[in-house]
Amino acid sequence: MSLPAVRTDYINATKGWKSWLTTLDHKRIGIMYLLFIAISFGLGGFFALALRMELLNPGKLLFTAKQYNQLFTLHGAVMVFLFIVPSIPASLGNFLLPLQIGAKDVAFPRMNLMSFYLYLFGAVFCVYSMVAGAADTGWTFYTPYSITTSTSVISMTLGAFILGFSSIFTGLNFIVTIHKMRAPGMTWFRMPLMVWALYATAIIQVLATPVLGITLLLLIIERVAGIGIFDPALGGDPVLFQHFFWFYSHPAVYIMILPAMGVMSELVTTFCKKNIFGYKMIAYSSLAIAIISFLVWGHHLFVSGQSDYAAMIFSLLTYLVAIPSAVKIFNWIATMYQGEIDLKAPFLYFLAFLFLFSIGGFTGIMLGSLSLDVYLHDTYFVVAHFHYVMMGGTVMAFLGGLHYWWPKMFGRMYSEGAAFVAWLFIMVGFNMVFFTQFLLGTKGMPRRYYSYLDQFQPLHAFSTSGTWVLTVGFLIMAFYLVESLLNGKQAPDNPWGGLTLEWTTQSPPITENFLDTPIVDCGPYEYDKVKV
Amino acid sequence: MDNKIVNESLIAGKGWFPADVSTFGNYVDSLYSFILWVSVILFVAITIVVVTFVLKYRKRPGYVQPGGEHITHNTKLELAWTVPPLILCLFVFYWGFTGFLDMSVAPKNGEEIHVVGKKWIWQFEYKNGTKTLSEMVVPVNTPIILVMTSEDVLHSFYSPNMRIKRDVVPNRYTKIWFQATRTGNFQIFCTEFCGDGHSQMQGTIRVVSAEEYKDWLANSGSADDGLPLEKLGEKVYSAKGCVACHSIDGSAMVGPSWKGTWGTSRPMTGGGSVIMDENYVKESVNYPIAKVVQGYPPVMPSYKGLLSDREIDGVIAYLKTLK
Amino acid sequence: MTDLNAHKVHEVAHHFANAGHEFDSAKLGMWVFLVTEVLFFGALFVAYAFLRWAYPEMFVEAHHLLDWRMGALNTLILITSSFTMVMAVRSAQVNQRGKTAAYLSATMVCAFGFMVVKFFEYAAKIHHGYLPAKFFTAHAVSEHLHLFFGIYFMMTGLHGIHVVVGIGLILWLLRRNAKGHFYSEFYTPLEMVGLYWHFVDLVWIFLFPLFYLVG
Repeated sequence: MSLPAVRTDYINATKGWKSWLTTLDHKRIGIMYLLFIAISFGLGGFFALALRMELLNPGKLLFTAKQYNQLFTLHGAVMVFLFIVPSIPASLGNFLLPLQIGAKDVAFPRMNLMSFYLYLFGAVFCVYSMVAGAADTGWTFYTPYSITTSTSVISMTLGAFILGFSSIFTGLNFIVTIHKMRAPGMTWFRMPLMVWALYATAIIQVLATPVLGITLLLLIIERVAGIGIFDPALGGDPVLFQHFFWFYSHPAVYIMILPAMGVMSELVTTFCKKNIFGYKMIAYSSLAIAIISFLVWGHHLFVSGQSDYAAMIFSLLTYLVAIPSAVKIFNWIATMYQGEIDLKAPFLYFLAFLFLFSIGGFTGIMLGSLSLDVYLHDTYFVVAHFHYVMMGGTVMAFLGGLHYWWPKMFGRMYSEGAAFVAWLFIMVGFNMVFFTQFLLGTKGMPRRYYSYLDQFQPLHAFSTSGTWVLTVGFLIMAFYLVESLLNGKQAPDNPWGGLTLEWTTQSPPITENFLDTPIVDCGPYEYDKVKV
Repeated sequence: MDNKIVNESLIAGKGWFPADVSTFGNYVDSLYSFILWVSVILFVAITIVVVTFVLKYRKRPGYVQPGGEHITHNTKLELAWTVPPLILCLFVFYWGFTGFLDMSVAPKNGEEIHVVGKKWIWQFEYKNGTKTLSEMVVPVNTPIILVMTSEDVLHSFYSPNMRIKRDVVPNRYTKIWFQATRTGNFQIFCTEFCGDGHSQMQGTIRVVSAEEYKDWLANSGSADDGLPLEKLGEKVYSAKGCVACHSIDGSAMVGPSWKGTWGTSRPMTGGGSVIMDENYVKESVNYPIAKVVQGYPPVMPSYKGLLSDREIDGVIAYLKTLK
Repeated sequence: MTDLNAHKVHEVAHHFANAGHEFDSAKLGMWVFLVTEVLFFGALFVAYAFLRWAYPEMFVEAHHLLDWRMGALNTLILITSSFTMVMAVRSAQVNQRGKTAAYLSATMVCAFGFMVVKFFEYAAKIHHGYLPAKFFTAHAVSEHLHLFFGIYFMMTGLHGIHVVVGIGLILWLLRRNAKGHFYSEFYTPLEMVGLYWHFVDLVWIFLFPLFYLVG
């Protein structure tokens, strides 16, 4: 394939860093998000490495108890608020949503840029908290500890509050974009499933995030003026805080996982050259998850002293939300049937998600059961479970999506061999770290412990050694991705043979996305009808 | 380092779990095994299907993808992978819920013990007014009802062996119950994050025979009368929670170390200094916030009424030995 | 630009097909934003309900300390301002720029009036020490009276901030109106701020009975 030496695209359309900072182009905003999300991931990962190091032995190794508590708080807060919530929607989603529905941009480009700056602004507060006596409450900020501790809880919660608005505006923008900006002929059921997933995500962002916002605001005012609602010393109720907090934070789990499921649907169709099995089921299950996710927050409070009947209802609803997720898994597997499976890096991450997320799901079934949760609650079992879902699920899909759309975003190909090696390290390292933690939890090891009984040491040490393998994997990845930007082969417009609209424009796309507005006359994955 | 936990009584079990020594084992262990093995079977099945597909349909020279229209629906198949999992989930829900109800509803004839969680010790109070710290003595084969509250932040009472856990909330009472089926020492953990000493906030459930329990309750405390003061102090140090915050090897924890401090001049928060003598130790046990050593947070709970005069004397004698 | 009826022709942003498309998108966006606002205040209403359930007799004592006449006056002021806001949008739709300015100004006067009444109410509370816990100095029968004033200042304060933001937005509208940006084919910002203003009004319609009337 011969390509002209230099084409105009969104990257070289205008020059200079100012043109980036003031850009209204969704693609550039997506790339800027990607940069800061990657930095956040590195930072959160660094905290994780440090705290796992401390857990190498039961006593003190590097840090005091307080420093350890600050480390796991920062790890959680950075990973949740700065990395995983914005990860797929704000970076990949921003870049792809208009491309996939054949639009020139999102509905409100200026709001999109503002949302990016809010993200940075919120991040500044979080970073300030790190240097000025980092919060030591855990990322959940449970009262009354968060009211009484002397660490800088206010700047951290203020940061999360601002990041919440960034998330709300992204969601709002996506909802309007999907409703109003679709290309001619792009009916709801011709939209790629990634778009459906982003739509369901946006609904949760818009509905749940304000509640987190007001909760954190109440916490801040509680510390400043003693409003009393969450403070038992003043007649308030600390458990109310937990209800408020999880009313956001449980749906937030689906803000994290739904876009990942969207990426999965894109990966399986492209790399199996198959039409998706059960399009409508997958689309509807995204919406079902979004709706039911609002009704299950109480499963974080099974041992908090809420009423037994509340616990019963929350447990039942928790099982109902498990079903749509299982249905998606089965649909993806069925899609592989009679395909032409190309084991490229993105598909390797598809497989990683499939296995790791399944384990996360099965262990979720255990935690959703009331009597079993009494035993496993707040042990390492829970830590392992949500890392399998969040890292084994979302991060794997994010990496899969990153590799899949990398040529489209930057117009360069990365080294397939290096990608395989990195994948291998990440898979092995991840399971070393977190499968071990299932065993620890089952044996009764509580989470957020600075020191522990001697009998847990072999498992802790093994888990810690896994983090080093994981780190090697991510370092290899960072290296070959940067290398591809510098020396990578120029990417063709459609390197994987995808059918969705982003593959019909050039790599990287022009600022206006498409030369002519695309007209859509078929579903997104009709590999049996179209030949690439 | 002396951050090591003194209580080594968490008993390793035979299988996945710690030894099952209460009547709740069935609700937890059997349910766990059931879900585990169903999950393993399903996971293996999924793996076999995925691996088969990857091997059979992978892109390779000579392989031609089957033509024709792709299958995008199969109602029977879709029902097959939606309905049975749903039924399975509902079954698991029912099993877990009934177990949970039994674990929540305490029998009427139980022995009631009041539990107070505070940074970072567990305090137990019996009906006859006996108070203990860090160690709860209970009779075997008798329902024990724990009525719990917190003096400061959230804590959570967790006994892996008994398979029980419940948050301990300030301004509120929470309740759990259990019935031990054998005697022995069993670990208590705090499982709700409560600050610097969270992982040190531990204790023991000592399960004894009914007669032994009766004797203990009648003569609580007097058993130590025969101990020499230094030994008594050492015992208090580890049994009453001092160990959570004070080291005896000179390393700083939440509170200052006890080593080599006796008779020295201690700088105070807010200026001034105090000689570490009998009066200062006694005052600090009863009114810990009154004079706090510089560089340490004023977080120690008061032990007023929790240590006898002889026990305080014991601590003083023990302190003198730590040079 | 000196002619009162001259207007600047609105340019549709490049990624929209036409002005109607742009208007519809903005309107949908505004509604979604208001939904998030409802959830934002909603959590506070839940907190209010919780406190009321926990301390019913304290609420009885507390609501006597608020002057329902002040609240009613403010309710009247806000309802009037909602009406003038509607009229401002209407005037733009029929190209009556002068009237738009007049109605917008009237709305702003109402908003200021609301804040003035609020100022006197707050001043009285602060004077008597009816404040959230850390600053509460008044004598009270109920031990937990400070909780009422905690949630009172939180909710009315947040509402007050919304009113102030509204004043800012109306100023911005007046400026753009003076430059002739609004006419029958383009009045999107007016319409959006109008929706926002009605929402602010509506929140007060709930706050007034809950704090001032229900005992």
